[in-house]
Amino acid sequence: MINQLGRYILSYIAIILVQVLILNNLNLGGYINPWLYILFILILPVETPKWLLLIFGFITGLIIDSFLNTIGMHASATVLLAFLRPLFLRFLAPRDGYDPGSLPVPSHFGFAWFLKYAIVSVFTHHLFLFIVEAFTFEHFFVTLWKTILSSIATLLIIMLAQLFSSREKRRI
Amino acid sequence: MRNFIRFILTYHLFFIFLLFEAISFYLLINYNHHHNQTFINSSNKFAASILKISSSFTDYFSLKRANEDLSRENAYLRTLLPDNSYNINHDIHLTQEVKDSVKYLYRPAKVINNSVNKFHNYITIDKGSKHGIKPEMGIISARGLVGVIRHVSPNYSTAISLLNTQLRISARLRETNHFGSLEWDGTSYQYAILNEIPAHAKVSVGDAVVTSGYSAIFPEEILIGTIEDFNLNKGEGFYMIKVKLSIDFKNITYVEVVEKINGDEQHSLEKLTNHD
Repeated sequence: MINQLGRYILSYIAIILVQVLILNNLNLGGYINPWLYILFILILPVETPKWLLLIFGFITGLIIDSFLNTIGMHASATVLLAFLRPLFLRFLAPRDGYDPGSLPVPSHFGFAWFLKYAIVSVFTHHLFLFIVEAFTFEHFFVTLWKTILSSIATLLIIMLAQLFSSREKRRI
Repeated sequence: MRNFIRFILTYHLFFIFLLFEAISFYLLINYNHHHNQTFINSSNKFAASILKISSSFTDYFSLKRANEDLSRENAYLRTLLPDNSYNINHDIHLTQEVKDSVKYLYRPAKVINNSVNKFHNYITIDKGSKHGIKPEMGIISARGLVGVIRHVSPNYSTAISLLNTQLRISARLRETNHFGSLEWDGTSYQYAILNEIPAHAKVSVGDAVVTSGYSAIFPEEILIGTIEDFNLNKGEGFYMIKVKLSIDFKNITYVEVVEKINGDEQHSLEKLTNHD
């Protein structure tokens, strides 16, 4: 358990650092902006208390905001994601429910399952984030286009990150 | 009452969610409207020190470009020297005498954080109130206008980039002296839109767009960009001009913060007149 907690703290720091130091400086074509940091909210254990998810979402969003001078923007989007995550998980639940102690990662439920889960979560988060950023529906198609391109970029990076972490688990 | 408590308990998650969203939006809106109130921005110590370490690595990649800019700027300044009004033998301390004899003070600074791909882009620089930086000072670089200081901490400042849909700059055409207002439309980091140039002005592609010098922030004749494309809005009698920015916002490292001496005086005088 302690081991697992330590791993979560390490991956949290790693994800935030990669986001802040590398991905925030990566502006592909002016539109594409991968937001890897939500991966941390996605991979928390299925049984994580829902209120704890909300708190994690809020804090993570604020940390990212503090680096980007967008106070409240990422916090609101990540809190929404944390709120909706249990719903997404319920829709995607296996026929006989989740086993205790299972993690929503490819090594537990398969790659295709994780891809579905990640697509729904990432798209929801990004759409909300970009709408809040624009703070208007006036440029809706620009916003939608940004959302789609950035979602694809985020998904690619999330999948890459998952390849690394699942390999680590098999070794143990 | 018991029913009410049961209602709260049943939907407590939803209420926590609403609470967090309310805090987020409060911060978001508050931050956009009131200056100097929030400390959670990239001029705070924690974020700024991490960004500074990161920039100490990434600076090496732009050294060549930075050198070119600096040498160009040196050349430019050298050409100005004979005309400069104050005595070079004096130490360049900010004595009252110096302050009286120049119109603008320039302080060098380095960009340690920057973005181009949002609707509201901000810049963080490595100089703060200790170095005399105050909110509402302008930022320029050797190649043109960069932005306006917004928040200041002892060692760092954050600035609204020209690439921010909230910023409007008073600009004019260098050829004809007609002035208008320049703003960014949130799409490409290479272009901004110049409005309010009257229909009778002669506009042609390639003309330079510079600052008007009417505001208490920027000196006159700071380059903003060149005209890329324009069309006449018949109904309003104004041109809508697409300006190609002279600065590559993806590549700015060394900048200068401009302070207008007596800028406060101009500002408060204009405020007084506006109240009449």
